[in-house]
Amino acid sequence: MMPIVWPILVIVVTVFGVLGVAALSTTLERRLLGVFQDRPGPNRVGPFGLFQIIADAMKMLFKQDWIPPFADKWVFLIAPIIGFLAVLLSFGVVPITPIWGVAGELNVGLLFVFGMLGLGVYSVVLAGWSSNNKYALLGGMRAAAQMISYEVFMGLSVMGVVMAAGSFSIRDIVEAQTNCWFIIPQCLGAVIFLLAGIAETHRLPFDFPEGENEIGAGFHTEYSGMKFGLFYLAEYAGVALSSALITTLYLGGWHGPFLPPFLWFAIKVFLLICFYILLRAALPRPRYDQLMSFGWKVLLPLSLLNILVTGAVILLRAGV
Amino acid sequence: MNIMLELYGLIAIGATALAITRTIPVHGLLYLVVSLLALACMFEQLGAPFAAMLEIIVYAGAIMVLFVFVVMMINLGQPDQLREKGWFAGGAWIGPSVISILLMGLLVYGLNHNTMAVGTVGAVIGPKAVGLTLYGPYILTVELSSFLLLAGLVSAYHIGRRIGGNS
Repeated sequence: MMPIVWPILVIVVTVFGVLGVAALSTTLERRLLGVFQDRPGPNRVGPFGLFQIIADAMKMLFKQDWIPPFADKWVFLIAPIIGFLAVLLSFGVVPITPIWGVAGELNVGLLFVFGMLGLGVYSVVLAGWSSNNKYALLGGMRAAAQMISYEVFMGLSVMGVVMAAGSFSIRDIVEAQTNCWFIIPQCLGAVIFLLAGIAETHRLPFDFPEGENEIGAGFHTEYSGMKFGLFYLAEYAGVALSSALITTLYLGGWHGPFLPPFLWFAIKVFLLICFYILLRAALPRPRYDQLMSFGWKVLLPLSLLNILVTGAVILLRAGV
Repeated sequence: MNIMLELYGLIAIGATALAITRTIPVHGLLYLVVSLLALACMFEQLGAPFAAMLEIIVYAGAIMVLFVFVVMMINLGQPDQLREKGWFAGGAWIGPSVISILLMGLLVYGLNHNTMAVGTVGAVIGPKAVGLTLYGPYILTVELSSFLLLAGLVSAYHIGRRIGGNS
């Protein structure tokens, strides 16, 4: 009985944990933005405004769920689902503690994450296309170009970690950081990964697919109610995923002195989510062409250089 | 036989058939993505997770997104949909179907003619062994697949040229 119950428990708790983190980070973001901008933020519902998320969820659920008559109905329906599922599935291969993780030891774990990120692009692109609205289409096309480009740099920047750890399994990568976190030898890769992570989750300052001062609300212009809510949740789950990936790949995952492994993992992820929110508050949005040229002219050579140097160092060490 | 493997195979075949017959290009592309994902699941079931992940990342995640991107860029509308419907009308599909079924029969023959001993699922097979099998016993199948690619190329050229002539 036990061998069946344990994995199911792990899966259910992980899924609801991710949902909870995504939902809570919406409130956290609004409160923190309030702090950064010297105003209270939402502080009326419950202690410290913690129940704001319940109020938001009720609003989303009871709003009229409207599908525009000119939209492509089925594609319009599945687009937000694809995006949310892709992020949720990626969490399956992220090991949280030595004993907790759905499939952390999967030997192609990191590739699985990239596969899911690649499928996540469909969500935004199809939402833009199926809305049959020129602003949504522009947002979808921006999303396709931006996410595909930054997936390249994300994948290349991670190769340094994979070469150093000698494995695609995220659990092995965490184990390889027992003595030295990869952020020290792989600091360049870590910075590129962080930047690509922002572009990949299309968060501010790289939120061009939904740049509201240029193209309405971008790909989700026509979405309302809980279908918009799914996009919203997927964005925050994406931030949590990006933070969890940086934690496991560069910050030693659950490793750390004194405190239990789960607490270390949670602290690192929480600080990274706060950093993402700080970026949103602190940085203005560049232009779309600046984002693309920055990616291909700066990040691509840098990530290739990172691979070259890492490979050379590994070869030299092996030769000695 | 592995039931999941057969299920994924059926999904792949069904999705591919739908991809061919849809008149809205984006729907066709989506079914093609489903078919590629089912193929990736089959690779995984056969004990090749790396190939499965590459299938998802390269084909479903990158190439098909570019296809969708291009289809969105040229923004096909109602007239193109009607034209696609016109291609299916009037028995125009009979000839190509007969040729395709002939080719499929040959492919199935090529695959069954040299039944290789199926290795244990999960065993590691190197690229050299794959290459030798592909260009040894299965050479007929490989060459027939290249027929199919050539036919696709020629028909794409034909369709593209006709539209150019009209405008």
